[in-house]
Order: sequence, then structure tokens, then C-alpha cells
Amino acid sequence: MVGLLAGLTVAFTASVSLGPLPIPPLTVWRILLHHMTGLGRPTGWTRVQDDVVWDLRLPRTLLGVVVGAGLTATGIVTQALVRNPLADPYVLGISQGASVGAVASIVFGLGAFGALSTESAAFLGAAGAFVLVYVFARRSGSMAPLRLVLAGVALGFAFNGIAHFLVLQADTPGQTNTALFWLLGSLANGRWGQLRWPAGVLAAGTVVLFAKARALNALMAGDETAASLGIQVERLRRQLLGLASLLTGVMVAVSGSIGFVGLIVPHALRMIMGTDHRWLIPAGILGGAAFLVAVDIVARLALQPQELPIGVVTGVIGAPVFLLLMARRRDLGGGP
Amino acid sequence: MQEATVLVASGEIAGLIGPNGSGKSTLLRAVYRHLRPRVGTVLVGGHDVWRSSPRLAARRTAAVPQERLGDMDVSVRDMVAMGRIPHKGPFETENAEDASAVREALERVGLLGWEGRKLSTLSGGETQRVLIARALAQRSAVLVLDEPTNHLDVHHQLELLELIRTLGFTTLAALHDLNLAAAYCDRLHVIDGGCVVASGPPAEILTETLLADVFSVGASITTSPRTGKPVLSFYPLEVARSIPSPLS
Repeated sequence: MVGLLAGLTVAFTASVSLGPLPIPPLTVWRILLHHMTGLGRPTGWTRVQDDVVWDLRLPRTLLGVVVGAGLTATGIVTQALVRNPLADPYVLGISQGASVGAVASIVFGLGAFGALSTESAAFLGAAGAFVLVYVFARRSGSMAPLRLVLAGVALGFAFNGIAHFLVLQADTPGQTNTALFWLLGSLANGRWGQLRWPAGVLAAGTVVLFAKARALNALMAGDETAASLGIQVERLRRQLLGLASLLTGVMVAVSGSIGFVGLIVPHALRMIMGTDHRWLIPAGILGGAAFLVAVDIVARLALQPQELPIGVVTGVIGAPVFLLLMARRRDLGGGP
Repeated sequence: MQEATVLVASGEIAGLIGPNGSGKSTLLRAVYRHLRPRVGTVLVGGHDVWRSSPRLAARRTAAVPQERLGDMDVSVRDMVAMGRIPHKGPFETENAEDASAVREALERVGLLGWEGRKLSTLSGGETQRVLIARALAQRSAVLVLDEPTNHLDVHHQLELLELIRTLGFTTLAALHDLNLAAAYCDRLHVIDGGCVVASGPPAEILTETLLADVFSVGASITTSPRTGKPVLSFYPLEVARSIPSPLS
């Protein structure tokens, strides 16, 4: 855990220091300290450095922290919900629903949705997807993992199709670009105002999740086992679905759909820390934040001055890592 | 499963026997609070299981269901520690009582020192013992077992049932093997087509007629001179059919 915290600090510092205008790490911390506490004399750095750090890189880095942590938390919830450590929030179809909302608002312009911004439209899309998945996954009062995955995947495909169709309806290349960039995820719009909702939901969600950590452990052992240990399984599933949808909606609304984080980070942490959710959840928050911030550094700097959509970087890293993890799992029938 | 009455006395080992699909698992699921009965009540120690909170019910009744799904990467220690869940509040951390419950449980099933092993590396018999240890850690009075000896070899079947006998739970177990049921249960309840058709000590219950009617098999029933328990030797079905009374 200490290692993760250290990793996060390093990634955070690197993210704020690195860029077209490199700023020494020590200067970065002195600027932050000055802004937060008023200490230190603002003569050790330039005005430009101050602006770059405080107005540009810090919000973006913090967005990476929040979204990375949020997506990882969602991944942990999803994996418990469908009882499979190889599940990803995409399996629930929620982020695809958010994509539909966001792309619709980009392509048709704000006018078609009243005063809605892309973010709100994305969140509404996520909420709509949640309702649909919930309705389709339930049968006679219960929501079995398999039904949940089937409903989520099917709806996800449908939403993806709609979103891509909407992209084709774009009038201008600018709209198409914006829509595509959104579909692949980006932290480029990190602004201070954006952080409120995701950070708030993340904080509340983490507390709720941590309170349910033992219940999640029991759920992973089986429905009947969990029931015999005093867990109300169906109620817990509904709560987890709601939590996953809320987190997904909020995160995807501000940063577009970023894949694989919710899958790789929890899985890697499981291999290191074990399966106890009381450790996995805090580790996931720290690890996910560090991971996404590090990925964002690559996205920003790899092909400078072009900025890669973050979804591209996670995909390029994520797919090989996923395949590697799959190859190592005994219960999938392969490997020693 | 139709309405049925099954009474289990404190401290006794009660066996549920019956053909596949007769409703044994359904009955047990109602007891460990997985399947709500549409009619009737389940009382454990005088308390209505379905009117209590699930946590309270879990403190009174522990179960080893048949299901074997789940994440096999879990360690022995973590699996046994799950037995403490009904006793812990949301933000409560492990205390000394939890640690000693887990340790004692592992000791009683003979797996002290196995804490770090992953469940996926254990044999069937060892896994069953871990699940029994989880039930022990729950510190309940009642233990419900659904086919605990399935998939175990003969030695481990006997070992497991003898372990259960020493543990002192009030036990309700569904068993397929009628000889094991005869040897280790104080009372048997026979379930057929969703109804309880007979209840009583094994020696009384296990008759040729019952075997023919409920299980569609014939057997010779003797009493073991060593143990005093009934011993069933099953005839091949063809042989059973050729005998006038049992399967005609």
C-alpha cells in the first residue's frame, strides 16, 4: 500500500512537471504549496510556470487521479457483481450508453438537448443504460450474473452501434473529430470546475464500497454461501449495479470512454494483494489513480505535439496485458 | 417441495435422504436462508429464520452448500475468515475473537498451518474441511450440509463424517450414500416427491419396502456386529426385479 502511495506521488509529480515546458519537480511542489497554504515567496518561479502548473497541468492530473481511481473502483464492483475477476465495466453496457448521450450532444449540437452539455448528456445516457440493463437482467425478482452480463453486452453492442451511427451523421469534420476523441477518451479537458462531481461521487462511492467489502468477499464465494453468511444477495446486486452505473456515468461524462483500466488494475492488484476487498478497494483507488496519470503522461508526450486519445494508449497497453493475464490463469484451461 | 415437517433435536445429526430431485436441497436452502419458503416456517433454536435479519440468522446457522463456484484464488485463511462476517459491522476490523475463532476452526479440522494456501491448490477433501472450518468460525449452533461427501473418495467420506460427529453441531445433512447416512446419522428424514415420507432412527426407517418404494432399489439389510448400525447391500436392478416382493 505504501508502495502504491509512493507510486501515485511519483506519477502525480511527473505529470505536473513534464510537458512542452518542463518544470523541475521541486518547483512544482513549491508552487502547489504556495497556492494551497500561502507559504513560500512567489519569486522562485515564473508567472508562466505558475499558470502552467496551476491552471493547466494540475487540474488535468487531478482528473486523471479521480477518473483512474473511479474506473478501477467500478471495475472492482463489476467483477464482484458478475463474479468474474476478468470482467470490465464495459460488460454492463453503461459506458456505451453514456457514449450515445455524449455523441448525440456533440453531433446534434447543444440546441437539440436544450442547455445540456456533453457531460450531462453522457450522464443521462449512462442512466438510461442502467435502467435498460436492470430491466432486462432481472427475472422473477433476481438478477443472476450470467443474465447481467448477457444483457449488458447485448445492450453495449446496441449502444455502440447507435453511437457510431450518430458519428456518421456529423455535419462537420470538427464534430466528427470531437466525437471520435470523446469515444476514445481524453483527460484534455481537465478544468477545475469539472472535478467536483467525479471527486464527490468517488469519495462517497469509496466509503460505501469499503463498508460492503466483506459482503463482496462473500459474494465472490457464491450466492448460496453469501446467503448463509447473512448477506442479502439480491439487494446487494441491485446496490452494486447502481453504484457501478453511477460511477461509470460520472467518470465517462468527464473523460470519455476509457477502456481496460477497470479490468487491468484490479486484476493486477488481485495478483499482488490477494482477493480480500478490504485491501483491494483502497489499493485499487491508489493504483488506478497512479496508472491513469502515468498513461496520460504517455498519451501527452509520446507523439508530441500530437496528443493521443487516452483510450488508444490503454488499449495498446491493455490488450497485451490482458492476454498475458489470461494465459496465466489456470482455471481457463491453459498454462501450468 | 411441499409443506413438510422436519424436527432436528439439539446436538443430533439428522440426515435427509431421498432420490435426485426429491427436494432435499430445496429444503436445506430454506434453512440457510437462500430460498424463501412460500408457506411454512423455519425455526432454529425457537427463532423464525425468515423473520430475523439475515445476519442474525447466519449467527445461528452455518452452511456448506453444494455450490463450488467462486474465485478459487482465495486463501484458506480468507475463506475461513468469511465465517466471521455475520458478526462484523461494516467498518469493524478484525479483533482477537475473530483471530481465535479462525485459528480454532482450522485446528479442529486439522488444517492449522494451511492459512496461506490457495483454495485452488487443495484436493476435494481438503476443500470440504476448509468449508467446515468456515462454518466452525461462524460459531453457530446449527450446521447445514448439502451433499458434503460428493466427489470424495471413500476414506475422505468417512473422515469427513467422523469429523462432523466430533464437532457437536446440531447437524442437518443431505446425503446420497445410504450406508453413510445409516452409520453416522442419529435420525433420518426421507424426502420423496417434495414430501417427508418417513422420519426416525436409521434402523427403523431403512426397510426393504422403503428402499423399493422411494429409491427403486432392492437390498439386503443387516446389522453390523461391530457398529450396531444397519448395513445395506444393494442388489443389481435385474436381481431386485426378479425377487417377488421388493420391486414387483
